[in-house]
Amino acid sequence: MSDKFKTHIISVLVENRFGVLAHISSLFSARGFNIDSLAVGETEDPSTSRMTIVVTGDDRTLEQVDKQLNRLIDVIRIDDLTKKGFVDRELVLFKIKVSAANLKQVKEVLKKNKAKIFDEKKTILSVEFCGDSSHMQKLFKDISKYKVMEVTRTGKLAIAKEK
Amino acid sequence: MKLSGAQILINSLIKENVKVIFGMPGGSLLPVLDKLYDCKEIKFILNRHEQGAAHAADGYARVTGKVGVCMVTSGPGATNIVTGLATANFDSVPIVAITGQVNTNMIGNDAFQEADLTGITRSVTKHNYLVKDVKDLARIIKEAFHIASTGRPGPVLIDLPKDVTMQECDFKYPKQAKLRSYNPTYVGHPGQIKRAAAMISKSRRPVIYAGGGVIISGAEKELKELAVKNKIPVTTTLTGLGGFPETHPLSLKMLGMHGSVYANYAIMDSDLIIAVGSRFDDRVTGKIDEFAPSAKVIHIDIDPSSISKNVKVDIPIVGDCKKVLIDLNKKMNKKPDTHAWLKQIKGWKQSHPLTYNGDNKLRPQYIIEELNKLTKGKAIISTEVGQNQMWAALFYQHDKPRTFVTSGGLGTMGYGFPAALGAQIGRPKELVFDIAGDGSIQMNIQELATVAEYKIPVKILILNNSCLGMVRQWQELFYDKRYQSTLLKNPDFVKIAEGYGVKGIKVTKKKDVVKALKEAIKTPGPVLVDFHVEGEENVFPMVPAGKAINQMIGGLA
Repeated sequence: MSDKFKTHIISVLVENRFGVLAHISSLFSARGFNIDSLAVGETEDPSTSRMTIVVTGDDRTLEQVDKQLNRLIDVIRIDDLTKKGFVDRELVLFKIKVSAANLKQVKEVLKKNKAKIFDEKKTILSVEFCGDSSHMQKLFKDISKYKVMEVTRTGKLAIAKEK
Repeated sequence: MKLSGAQILINSLIKENVKVIFGMPGGSLLPVLDKLYDCKEIKFILNRHEQGAAHAADGYARVTGKVGVCMVTSGPGATNIVTGLATANFDSVPIVAITGQVNTNMIGNDAFQEADLTGITRSVTKHNYLVKDVKDLARIIKEAFHIASTGRPGPVLIDLPKDVTMQECDFKYPKQAKLRSYNPTYVGHPGQIKRAAAMISKSRRPVIYAGGGVIISGAEKELKELAVKNKIPVTTTLTGLGGFPETHPLSLKMLGMHGSVYANYAIMDSDLIIAVGSRFDDRVTGKIDEFAPSAKVIHIDIDPSSISKNVKVDIPIVGDCKKVLIDLNKKMNKKPDTHAWLKQIKGWKQSHPLTYNGDNKLRPQYIIEELNKLTKGKAIISTEVGQNQMWAALFYQHDKPRTFVTSGGLGTMGYGFPAALGAQIGRPKELVFDIAGDGSIQMNIQELATVAEYKIPVKILILNNSCLGMVRQWQELFYDKRYQSTLLKNPDFVKIAEGYGVKGIKVTKKKDVVKALKEAIKTPGPVLVDFHVEGEENVFPMVPAGKAINQMIGGLA
């Protein structure tokens, strides 16, 4: 078995029931698996929810994540999207403090990254951005020299690519 | 007709063919208790502590193969069964536990005797439910019994608020549980089974390593066929004892930390391990990096998560042990040549038999051996945890499935006595013994009141060495005999028994052992025998922690 740590994106279809999220999160902590992010919401069928879980571990850990999730009664299906090819997106909202001196510059950086300013009060810009991991990384790199305040992220959502 | 939740619960339990509930009352259960008052079909055994009720349901389930049921009140009643659920969960025992809960509108308000049981028991149950609407109750009970008893069995908890038991709705018990997300695999993959058969045929030093899964699936006949037809030796785990007759020449008895020398030598030297319903627990494998270095592994288990968890598996077969073995036996066209291998194992058996000091001192192993002779190996044996458990495992001849009742995975002290009383209720015609230690027995000794009240004729054999023996043994061997907190100042167990109205016998000499055992067996009701055994007797052989399992100490002839 490889000892190399890999990051996987797992899509888990579950019964949309009371306690399911708690069941899954307690499984991860009880088994010592690390969740990088978890996003959840109802699907096209209101009796089910889909969770997108980003998890890091070696091959054996990831195999156990899959098997242990499968043991849960409320888990209907698990897809390891990393094996299939997928598209991922994450939404981030943040505020950024600007001054008269750098306002124009900041706006340009945001525009270049296709981040949208949805509110502008005095010296604070409120911004939204939706993109995949690489775009997200680039945005944060580009704005790191400015005063970024209050970041909130949804966690990754992912969907398999059609062949 | 509309029925109350309490009545729906009882009618549903009757539909599930429940004959006995082990439990303890409380405020949140009052409406249910009141309906039970008129119920002829179900007997309620009043334990004296909720933990006792959970273990009793567990013991009942292990010897009957049916689902054990326990019922306790909210808050402390419910938290007291957590150890019982964890014990059952670890050893895959089907239990349905019903816990009272405060009224739904009070949940989360820190109400009197409130505890978040679905939260607390999430990791020690196979599944759990909080019933919020009486309309869901019948369906949930149906699902709970289905989940508990199918696939890899386990405990299911139903948390039942008091107001739900008083609400009314129409009652119709579902014929089937409909769970789209729960479909255990029973039939093994034919291609894998074919490959396994070929691998077995080619092997020269195969060993079957059988666990509790053999007993749960009732695969003992099929396992014996595989072993005997192909001349493959069999070792069992602690929970697998009785899955293959130990009186058979192919039996290697138990393996692992306190296994027989020949079982451990055989598994370490094997070229093929056929694991059936076992999970390569650390007490079995010892130092995992050095475990069976030249062995290929075929692993048959109903739980995919047990496979490739601890060791690398060459041929995984997910399925029910019995079904897979039936198919595997059909595919075995060519027997492996195990002639030389069996000869080598015979040599190990002769040079390293299971042994102990046969002097005139009262030694615990002697008691178990004599019990074995008197009962002809046919009794149901439950154990507590520690030295008593290992001696019972090693020195009793386990020949039949569902006769050895022990907490294997969790290792719960205080398990054996309540489990024995549950086992006795499940199989009233059998002789049931709890082989106990003086430490463990005190953890649920209040159940003496239960066996006295219902005249449950279990025989408690205390191997009394005035210490917490297994921990003391480790302190002796690895901590320079610095006996921190392991020496016990015990009560007079005979007087305690008599105080509860249970017959007590004290034995201090080897020559009185057989007489006392005979008297215990002859006595119609429950009996406690307090054997004052050698204090510093150790369980040997033994694999020290972190060593490979062929590096055993003690008991080597």
